[in-house]
Amino acid sequence: MEWYLPVIWAGLIGTAVAMYVILDGFDLGLGILFPFTRKEEDRDLMMNSVAPFWDGNETWLVLGGAGLWVAFPTAYAVIMPAFYLPVIGMLLALVLRGVSFEFRWVAKPSHRTWDIAFAGGSTVAAFLQGVILGGLLQGIPVTERQYAGGAFDWFTPFSIFVGFAVVAGYGLLGATWLIMRTEGPVQVFARRAASKLLFAVLAAMAVVSLWTPLALDRIAERWFSLPNFYFLWPVPLAAAFVAYRVWRALKEGNETLPFVGTIILFLLGYAGLVISNAPYLVPPHLTFWDTAAAPASQIFFLVGTVFLLPLVIGYTVFVYWMFRGKLAPGQGYH
Amino acid sequence: MFRLMSGAMEGAVEFDPVLLARIQFAFTISFHIIFPAFTIGLSAFIAVLLWLWLRTKNEKFHRLARFWTKIFAVSFAMGVVSGIVLSYQFGTNWSRFAEFSGNVIGPLMGYEVLTAFYLEATFLGIMLFGWNRFPPWLIALSATLVAIGTSMSAFWILAANSWMQTPAGHEIRDGIAYPVDWLRIIFNPSFPYRFAHMLNAAYLTTAVVVLAVGARYLLAGRHPEESRTMLRMAVGMIAVSAPLQLVIGDQHGLNTLEHQPVKVAAMEGHWNGRDPASLVLFGIPDEEARANRFEVAIPHLGSLILTHDWEGTYQGLTDFPEDQWPPVLNVFFAFRIMVGIGLLLIAVGFLGLYLWWRGRLFEPGLFLRFTSFMWPLGFIAILAGWFVTEQGRQPWLVYGHLRTADGISPVPGASVASTLALFVFIYGIVFTTGIYYINRLINRGPQGQATAGAGGLPNRPLSAAEEAAREATGRPVGQGPGKPLRAPEG
Ligand code: HDD
Ligand code: HEM
Ligand code: HEM
Repeated sequence: MEWYLPVIWAGLIGTAVAMYVILDGFDLGLGILFPFTRKEEDRDLMMNSVAPFWDGNETWLVLGGAGLWVAFPTAYAVIMPAFYLPVIGMLLALVLRGVSFEFRWVAKPSHRTWDIAFAGGSTVAAFLQGVILGGLLQGIPVTERQYAGGAFDWFTPFSIFVGFAVVAGYGLLGATWLIMRTEGPVQVFARRAASKLLFAVLAAMAVVSLWTPLALDRIAERWFSLPNFYFLWPVPLAAAFVAYRVWRALKEGNETLPFVGTIILFLLGYAGLVISNAPYLVPPHLTFWDTAAAPASQIFFLVGTVFLLPLVIGYTVFVYWMFRGKLAPGQGYH
Repeated sequence: MFRLMSGAMEGAVEFDPVLLARIQFAFTISFHIIFPAFTIGLSAFIAVLLWLWLRTKNEKFHRLARFWTKIFAVSFAMGVVSGIVLSYQFGTNWSRFAEFSGNVIGPLMGYEVLTAFYLEATFLGIMLFGWNRFPPWLIALSATLVAIGTSMSAFWILAANSWMQTPAGHEIRDGIAYPVDWLRIIFNPSFPYRFAHMLNAAYLTTAVVVLAVGARYLLAGRHPEESRTMLRMAVGMIAVSAPLQLVIGDQHGLNTLEHQPVKVAAMEGHWNGRDPASLVLFGIPDEEARANRFEVAIPHLGSLILTHDWEGTYQGLTDFPEDQWPPVLNVFFAFRIMVGIGLLLIAVGFLGLYLWWRGRLFEPGLFLRFTSFMWPLGFIAILAGWFVTEQGRQPWLVYGHLRTADGISPVPGASVASTLALFVFIYGIVFTTGIYYINRLINRGPQGQATAGAGGLPNRPLSAAEEAAREATGRPVGQGPGKPLRAPEG
């Protein structure tokens, strides 16, 4: 039990993070695409397409954070100070983009400020999430279970690169979401944006896949030692195939496949990161087991999670289903 | 090959990270609590309005519900974004505390997310955006679920906070708290009082806002039907919840006397524990002189209230070592502000009842003019109450176990100072604007038959089933909106 519990929790938190990345990813992606649209109606439609969902989507971020604290308090207590500035920057950016959903409607017709806040907040939040991810991949110095680095350790060419990669990735999620949920000029715009972003995302995935093993021996060893190599090569191959399918679907005018394909692409990239780093939660020092909470605490929360998480997923699906269907130009929920 | 500029910024200027972290947390959480206090009360109010509408088929309840829902949406958004900041700040600013208490209060936060936040956030979508698509009962049900979610959220977070005030059900090994008995952790000694007091505070605060808005409309001669309803509902609520708040608060104080006596001594400005305590109405506590200056006090009344005995005594500040004292002045004044507002609201409730009974509640007189300015009072009392609670806990973070100074993160003061400046700047803009927008929505008022698309936006046609459901509730189907609340776009 002592051995399994942290693994189960790592899986659950990993799931929460993946849910967050996909769900809030397309919300944030809309903000990233905002500056490239011109017409007010188009922006109204884009925002309307996620208005009923964004809050629920963002709650996965809270579950990720709270879950990390519950299950791996030491990891929480090391990671947060290590990324103090980017974490707080991301939270403030999320403040700006979150309030824009409501403020923009109340402010009309003078809502330009909130267009900017929405676009800026979304882009900065996405960028900083990438920076934090990059910083985590490159490793955190720890002594005596405390963060032992400086305020700017995270600030490296690699983490900045990952920041841009995440912006492109969320942009792609947002664009493919729009293809699925809208029609008319917005859909045309989204289709064009998606084709370009797809290439950016592929390039970024390739660069990260080469950069990390070149820079970090532990990752090179994970991927290129035998027999791992034989088991792991299907991951990049599958990613290439999915990307190709998304590209074809975009060309053929398919409306749901690009979104689904992009999600799969994200999951494959995520699987790659997990392969590179497991069982380290705070690479390269602390594993799941080093940072785990007391078993009594992990069990107490696990019992509730087993019942509550399916319920949560159930009613989340219910609400998405209730608001299913396309938004035609000029339609809204407000 | 990764490191670019590590450590470049450190050591330039000296800041006190403990003080800065405290200020930052106090600042962000004080902003946050304003919105939950309002959304907890308002969601319940809206749910009640919607059920009243479904039962009575009276359109005024419908108009009121839709009107307050718009205000709710703006407040809720501000509550959510400021709350997400907090859940990460435990790690960014208080990482040693996070590690010390993670085993014990981490799961409480986790349960808050699973039982409360998802419920609120998900059904909010239907509550706000489902009006043109779904049958009214589903909207009413969603509003009810949102209201339940907000109270559940208060339940868990207050359990966590109360554990920090009166820790129980745990043991400490190697400087880390471990759970022993979950029921005792959750239902720790101060929790029932704090939960009841806070939940009631939220309802009271919301009722005061509703009263102020109703009074404002009546004075301006606008929306007479809706404002009368608002006034009646608010006065009734205040008349019940304000006295109740006094009763709960009194019990809360007795509980605090048992578990955190030095906090009560600071609240009361009570220095010397040998003699029966007087009730200090006014004074300026002076920590140097160990006495109150300019004191106005009623002898023995303090003892009567806290020990229920005219000659009773309880410990004063000088009975404790000075390094255990909370900041006496702040706690003392914050407590008086809260209780003062509480007493004022009791008076308002009774006066309102009296005027109602005499049939003069809606006359544009002194009562309406006074109450129309009263809307911030509940919020001020809530902030004051939290300052009593939290500053009164100092110098402890987890009472008796972990000092505030030992709970902070290993983060340079300069980082905390710069993010604090950012918080002040961005929150300043965002929340001022938010309150301005809420005011704007209030000025627009509950208009016309707002049913057919609040925004006047074209929406998908109703399905036959929905149509039938609406007909059943008596809403005139197909009747156009009065004046759209939001100008049609495009
Ligand atoms: C008495 C009630 C109360 C108190 C003391 C707090 N909160 Fe809160 N919080 C709520 C009552 C609430 C709420 C009513 O549930 C909110 C407010 C408006 C809203 O959207 O939900 C909320 C929102 C909210 C959210 C966003 C939830 C979402 O995504 O929907 C988070 C993450 C937090 N809070 C976290 C905290 C933390 C870490 C606190 C303490 C340090 C805290 N809250 C104090
Ligand atoms: C929501 C209403 C609340 C308000 C207005 C509030 C207010 C404050 C204030 C003013 C301080 C600074 C005290 C000082 O340093 O002098 C503080 C500190 C703190 N509070 Fe609260 N608080 C609230 C609820 C909570 C809750 C629910 C929790 C935890 C579950 C919490 C945890 C803390 C922590 C960790 C600190 C920092 C350490 C300290 O200064 O003691 N607070 N709060
Ligand atoms: C009418 C007389 C009142 C009394 C006797 C009273 C009593 C108290 C006491 C003793 C505390 C401190 C508890 C502690 O930390 O140990 C407290 C806290 C608090 N009070 Fe009051 N209170 C009154 C009115 C109000 C009003 C009108 C409001 C708001 C509308 C309010 C809101 C709060 C809040 C939010 C707290 C902090 C949370 C808590 O510890 O419960 N109180 N009150």
